Amino acid sequence: MTMKPGPKYSAAVLWTLMILGFALVPVLMSSSYQLNLASHVLVWGLFAVAFNMLWGVTGMLSFGQALYYGLGAYFVGLMVEYLGSAWYLPAIGIGMLAVAATSFLLGLLVIRVGGVYFTMLTLAFGQLAWQITFKWYDFTGGDDGIQGITAPGFLQNPIAYYYFLLVLVMLSMWILKRMAYSPFGLMLRCVRQNPERVRFLGRRVRRNQLRVYIVSSLFAGLAGSLMAGIDNSIHTDMFFWTTSGEVILMSVLGGLNQFFGPFVGAVAIIIIEDIVGAWTEYWSLIIGSLIMGMVILFPKGLVGELHHLKLRMMQLKARRSE
Amino acid sequence: MKAILELESVHKSFGGLHVTQNVSFSVMSGEISAIIGPNGAGKTTLFNQITGHLQPNSGRILLKGRDVVGQSPQKIVAQGIGRAFQIASLFPDETVLDNVKVACLSKLDQTRRFWRPVQAFRQATDRAYSILEDLGLEKQADRLAFELAHGDQKLLDIGIALVLEPQLLLLDEPTAGMSPEERQRTRELIKKLWKAYDLTLVFIEHDMDMVFGIAEKVRVLQLGALLAEGTPDEIRNNKEVVTAYLGEA
Ligand SMILES: Nc1ncnc2c1ncn2[C@@H]1O[C@H](COP(=O)(O)OP(=O)(O)O)[C@@H](O)[C@H]1O
Ligand SMILES: [Mg+2]
Repeated sequence: MTMKPGPKYSAAVLWTLMILGFALVPVLMSSSYQLNLASHVLVWGLFAVAFNMLWGVTGMLSFGQALYYGLGAYFVGLMVEYLGSAWYLPAIGIGMLAVAATSFLLGLLVIRVGGVYFTMLTLAFGQLAWQITFKWYDFTGGDDGIQGITAPGFLQNPIAYYYFLLVLVMLSMWILKRMAYSPFGLMLRCVRQNPERVRFLGRRVRRNQLRVYIVSSLFAGLAGSLMAGIDNSIHTDMFFWTTSGEVILMSVLGGLNQFFGPFVGAVAIIIIEDIVGAWTEYWSLIIGSLIMGMVILFPKGLVGELHHLKLRMMQLKARRSE
Repeated sequence: MKAILELESVHKSFGGLHVTQNVSFSVMSGEISAIIGPNGAGKTTLFNQITGHLQPNSGRILLKGRDVVGQSPQKIVAQGIGRAFQIASLFPDETVLDNVKVACLSKLDQTRRFWRPVQAFRQATDRAYSILEDLGLEKQADRLAFELAHGDQKLLDIGIALVLEPQLLLLDEPTAGMSPEERQRTRELIKKLWKAYDLTLVFIEHDMDMVFGIAEKVRVLQLGALLAEGTPDEIRNNKEVVTAYLGEA
């Protein structure tokens, strides 16, 4: 991954535009449906960017990040269900602690096996969590999921909740972005490209993989817990392998090698799903073909191709001025 | 002079293939020496055993008097051995500067820092630039490592190794694949680095100008065994070596 940040101001412009764009949604929207759509984009965008720290940056293809996404969601859902909506915000924090502990313990196990075995094992644990949630009807509501998850106080207002979501998602992305460009981020990229050499710098490969696994899982958990308040309901699907698959798809579509790639991928996929879903019942087939076409057309991902184009134009300009 | 590296009856075989046979020698602190021998003689495998990438079947490898057999490369590198590889071992998608800088950050134990951007770590940056200048790579600092010419990639690999301030530096065919002019430059550069960084240097080479030009001592490997050891003059006049290896050139 070539993560050379551009000039400072262009990064600032990008952030401002993005935050402004999302902040204006409640003002400009014509229906609450659009607010809902923008909320989904934010949550999935965060989930995908966090996932890509693992895959695009460090080269660890997990097929089981849904485990942490679901865990975050179910902590909020279950605590609100059993203890009341005052527990909504504490549940987010407690859920993240649980995610940290789980990802640490599971991480010790899954990181020992590399490559495709890591992928298979993460998938297996994700599916295990799904099975448990699905079967344990008395506690989790099984296939019915949990409904009526309401946030406390003023957060019950959808617009207030939206801004709450916006702040947390942008804050999280900012933290992840700082990490990506820090010495730790550089070390992660080096782990992906040449783990042998990293060891011969006297650094521990697995230790760094474990660190990023926990970080990525934490933000996946946060995304899940925020999702619980958007539709006021959660479902076992959040643990299902298709959820893990979705963030993989978003990353590929947006571009693995760019920090914001997966976020743009999330925007694209959610908008496509929305438009195509409203238009035909064969939506999953059409979405599948559409995404496949885009990936073939833009192998570097949407943001990756854009970046490539910019570099080419700069080269052309440089050549012309010679 | 004290020995920094001592091999005592080191033996290694892959199945029935004996790639290191009863090899013993001592490398004196501060010396610059060459290992020569035909392809497949077991030169790289010998380096791999010294750096812990492979374990010998028997024998001892002493670094500053302490046996390092059985230790991981990670542990061994911390005890003052650096190495550049036969095929340059780089971080291909990072810039030349960041390739060296990640080593500097490792050395300074700053690779866990996750908040400030890499550029803000001045000490690592300055150190990385000074090493790139010593290698003559400073003009290419912002290029990606995989874009570099083959010879420059090999130099960059040496640069990464130098960051960790090794006392003993092992170079595996540093001029392989270079043009005659590049070889000439690299030969002088390596001699300069040996002095400037106060190194004990062992290099594997096929380029005889380099071997007989800058090595104080030459060791010849053949079929995994140490065939001869001596000053360049002694090796040049060694009948066995001439018939086994030098003669073919
Ligand atoms: N990991 C390995 N497994 C089996 N054989 C190996 C291995 N590494 C090297 N060899 C064999 O050992 C011999 C010596 O290889 P090497 O040390 O690379 O030679 P040199 O560097 O002198 O050209 C070769 O015949 C090579 O095929
Ligand atoms: Mg070799």
